[in-house]
Amino acid sequence: MTGRFLASHMPLSDDGAALRLKDNDDVAVALRPLAPGEEVRFGAQSIALCDAIPSGHKFATRPIAAGALIHKYGQMIGRASSAIATGQHVHVHNVEGVRGRGDLAETSA
Amino acid sequence: MSNGATASGATFKGYRRANGTFGVRNHVLLLPSVMCANHVVDLIGRKVPGVVTVTHPTGCAQVGADFEQTKRTMAGFAANPNVGAVLVVGLGCETNESKALADEIRARGQRVEVIGIQESGGTSETIARGVALARTDCPVSALIVGTECGGSDGFSGITANPALGFASDRVVAEGGTVILAELPELVGAEHLLAARASEPVAAKLYELIERVEARARAMHVDIRYGNPTQGNMAGGLTTIEEKSLGAAYKGGSTELREVLEYAERPAERGLVVMDTPGQDIEQLTGMVAGGAQVVVFTTGRGTPTGCPIAPVIKVATNTAMFERMRENMDVNAGAILDGTRTLEQVGDEIFGWIVEAANGREPAAETLGFHDFAINRIGPSF
Repeated sequence: MTGRFLASHMPLSDDGAALRLKDNDDVAVALRPLAPGEEVRFGAQSIALCDAIPSGHKFATRPIAAGALIHKYGQMIGRASSAIATGQHVHVHNVEGVRGRGDLAETSA
Repeated sequence: MSNGATASGATFKGYRRANGTFGVRNHVLLLPSVMCANHVVDLIGRKVPGVVTVTHPTGCAQVGADFEQTKRTMAGFAANPNVGAVLVVGLGCETNESKALADEIRARGQRVEVIGIQESGGTSETIARGVALARTDCPVSALIVGTECGGSDGFSGITANPALGFASDRVVAEGGTVILAELPELVGAEHLLAARASEPVAAKLYELIERVEARARAMHVDIRYGNPTQGNMAGGLTTIEEKSLGAAYKGGSTELREVLEYAERPAERGLVVMDTPGQDIEQLTGMVAGGAQVVVFTTGRGTPTGCPIAPVIKVATNTAMFERMRENMDVNAGAILDGTRTLEQVGDEIFGWIVEAANGREPAAETLGFHDFAINRIGPSF
């Protein structure tokens, strides 16, 4: 067993630069600052980063359509507010929350 | 007979002692057998609030009637019924031998313990022994452990919170109680907890989560304007759902037994949820008001906060912050990311810290003297 992380259910990229918390997640987490153009490999899949990804931040591991739900930990964490390409930084500029959106509540008369 | 006074059978609320005497106070007395032990007595007294300490310039190089009067006074003072128990602290080479003094106090029917500085191996060891005597064996099942995360980052849900969850499961396995709180930071993760709860408990959880979202609707705001905070976002957290999914790990994996109002005491043992805000100090106060004796607080950005009456153990999510804020941190869960420790090892370390804090070990926030206190308001003042 590897000393890193608890378990098999948290797949690490081949060089340990990133972590995808569940296999089917749409995003992975940078474990160190990653530069645009860097390649992150998860086995057969190779992802070329389009943006700088600060440590602890997320990038897309597959294309995400505008309006699509985004998953991390195998759970929904929000919705894409614009189309996101594989390797792009996934954060507040292109993701909106679904829950706690009092701003979308209908104004009562 | 004088002035015609007669017995009325008047009573007082006092303390009945084993030797048949009655006290009107119930002090624990720390008594040096010799002036050379004064400072250690004072230091033990500072670490055990509530005890009474006396210091004096006697106990050595005394002879004859003077020495007899000194011994008689010490033994008599210590055996006064207003004293429930006595700790005699000696140096080891004094005329007024501390074990003999303790024997004399014991002969008068008083509870007494004795420790010596030379025999214990110096000042700090004597203080530790003295502090330990004030404590008695208690089961871990009696602990209520509050869990909290503050200044979260993208690693909170990967390192510190799952490690704390591992420790939470151990506390529950011992029969203890773990409080998971911060209701706004369970929005988006509540279904995972509800799946581990009975139907009424799950229903109450959903009701409280709905209350949070109803507040956001009433104010026509996106929770995200205030939570995740700017610092959370700088650390990589994007939405409240994402923050919640990471935060929920703190409670571990056991059945959710009960859902509590703010500052309500748990009726059940095991994992419970309390309705507190995510605001650190209001949450801390609510959990301690609910009976938590120990709190474990994970942090990514570095939050120094502490409670005036309960030890708050700080767990760093990443090594960079742990090193930067070393004096404020107790455990480095960043070691999991570095590959130097497993999540289980850090979880065991946190559990060990919980028990050590219960034994009296001070985490950083306690040593630094933090005494934050704030009550969660749910309505305006009138």
